[in-house]
Amino acid sequence: MNNFLDDIPQIPLAQWTNDAMDYVTDHFQGFFDQIQETTESLMVSVTDGLLFIPAIVMIILIAVLAFFATKKKFGLAIFSVLGLLFIYNQGLWEDLMNTVTLVLFASIISVVIGVPVGILMSKSKTIESIMKPILDFMQTMPGFVYLIPAVAFFGIGLVPGVFASIIFSIPPTIRFTNLGIKQVPKELIEASESFGSTGSQKLFNVELPLAKSTIMAGINQTVMLALSMVVIASMIGADGLGKKVLTAVQRADVGPGFVAGLGLVIFAIIIDRLTQSFNNKKG
Amino acid sequence: MTKIRVENVSKVFGKKVAQAQDLVKQGKSKSEILKMTGATVGVYDASFEVEEGEIFVIMGLSGSGKSTLVRLLNRLIEPTAGQIYINGDDVSKMNKQQLREVRRTSVNMVFQNFGLFPHQTILKNTEYGLKVRGVPKEERKIKAEKALENAGLLDFKDQYPKQLSGGMQQRVGLARALANDSEIVLMDEAFSALDPLIRKEMQDELIELQQNMKKTIIFITHDLNEALRIGDRIAIMKDGKIIQIGTGEDILTHPADDYVRSFIEDIDRSKVLTAENIMVRPVTVNPEHDGPKVALQRMKEEQVSLVLAMSKTRELLGYITADDALRCAKEGQQKLLPCVQKEMNTVPHDLLLEEVLPIISDSPTPVAVMKDGKLAGVLIRGIVIEALAKETSEVASNE
Repeated sequence: MNNFLDDIPQIPLAQWTNDAMDYVTDHFQGFFDQIQETTESLMVSVTDGLLFIPAIVMIILIAVLAFFATKKKFGLAIFSVLGLLFIYNQGLWEDLMNTVTLVLFASIISVVIGVPVGILMSKSKTIESIMKPILDFMQTMPGFVYLIPAVAFFGIGLVPGVFASIIFSIPPTIRFTNLGIKQVPKELIEASESFGSTGSQKLFNVELPLAKSTIMAGINQTVMLALSMVVIASMIGADGLGKKVLTAVQRADVGPGFVAGLGLVIFAIIIDRLTQSFNNKKG
Repeated sequence: MTKIRVENVSKVFGKKVAQAQDLVKQGKSKSEILKMTGATVGVYDASFEVEEGEIFVIMGLSGSGKSTLVRLLNRLIEPTAGQIYINGDDVSKMNKQQLREVRRTSVNMVFQNFGLFPHQTILKNTEYGLKVRGVPKEERKIKAEKALENAGLLDFKDQYPKQLSGGMQQRVGLARALANDSEIVLMDEAFSALDPLIRKEMQDELIELQQNMKKTIIFITHDLNEALRIGDRIAIMKDGKIIQIGTGEDILTHPADDYVRSFIEDIDRSKVLTAENIMVRPVTVNPEHDGPKVALQRMKEEQVSLVLAMSKTRELLGYITADDALRCAKEGQQKLLPCVQKEMNTVPHDLLLEEVLPIISDSPTPVAVMKDGKLAGVLIRGIVIEALAKETSEVASNE
């Protein structure tokens, strides 16, 4: 007996997706090229700027920042100095700066887009019910999949890396902003409204300040996720520590792979502790 | 002048609003309606008026709709039906901007858990209403500092709410509402989160403040003692309906139904009832006219051992016991006047029972209740004790 399930023709979802992609790339190629060129040149100049600063000055600056951000404790500052000196010693400084640029761009753009979207979600049930499945989709889809449209839109290099990183890392900022605003006690919202606040007065005087620490926790997550995309983004030609790891994997070369991986870990710990301490600053 | 007028205001939460309202009309209870329609009746058909300068207390247990009702007044909750007039303007029909204007200038609110912004200093909190209104920085600072000074909190202006005790935080909450200089203050269980001693202190402060400021205050509470202490008039709510509106005395002496009666059972009557409420009609003689025989006859008729001596113009002269009257008769007096005992304790008619008690317990004789210099009634020890113990309905029948 024929399995009747086999009689149903296959839904050509893959084909449709391809068609849609082709349509977008065909019709908006100029637009994407524009973005690609501006962002690329911006990122290159940021990396150049970072590399222009002598490594030792940069290390001291980061150590001082760490010292003050952690309420004048020496722990993170000392760790930063040792860790960064190690990275420099291993000849990974330029790669590190490339990675910094990638993470920086992905995080900033994520925050700039994510916080307003989160605010809209908290204000509108409709937007929330539309955004929730999209966010679930963005977070569960393997990060590699985003590389395909990224390459189609922006070719290879840093920019598609940033694009893929944003899609992968933006959900926590959106979710935590939404959550943070919803968690503001009802009485405080009522207090604000009872004095005749407009929507934006309420948002900027009460909701955002009180949601700040939750939003910062979301941003911290976003930064960490952007960092985790570094290795994946290197598959489409984004320079940095990730590329070193990828090369080592492709050659089954354990030593350099371990060293570059360790560099990523050190960088991750430093920025994680730094972003967390910004959050804790005001208790 | 009527400051707030509420006409047939209802609030139904959820869907099937019209159906729920019909069911209320049929006399179904809140829980029945919830079961049948899934809608919750918050407030049903509430109507009342609040005069300028009055403290109007809305009292009810949790779930009675009192907090919903107060939020309908400034439309923090949108009413389902009915009209709300503040200074003659229908708030329920205002657009957003008009409503904001009312909230900014006419009606402010004090919250149960103080509603202070934890990330702002006490001064900034107090300034909030003025800031929202667009009052220039310097001016609002002056006004806020003045309000804090009146509350005795100026020294704490740079602290954060968390650093203050509950009582102090609520003083800030009140100062914030007063800094805005609006005529109407809504107080939602404002003192309920405070411990009993502080609460009493705050009640006294509010009463004192009210004497100077003459605001119109709507005060929500679940505590009848609090309601009786501070309220000029009290509305009692149950299941979203107002079941009685009246002065504290009205409610104590003429409870509208068993629900109100069960409420007032636990009340310390000595703090609410006055001499006037429990006094009895005195048995009197006119000693300028009547002789000892008349007095003895009256005592026999009324089955008492003592009558009060009162002049034609209802002025109190003293009292006469049975012994006095007998002695008088033996001495062959025609008139009672020489036999009248002139030493007699009197109390004003509006003296609280709690203050009457020590007087009456020290007094060997009944105590006369005076109103405008005239005899109004008499307090006998037994009656006073009865009044403290009795069902209020019976107290009422003594009048």
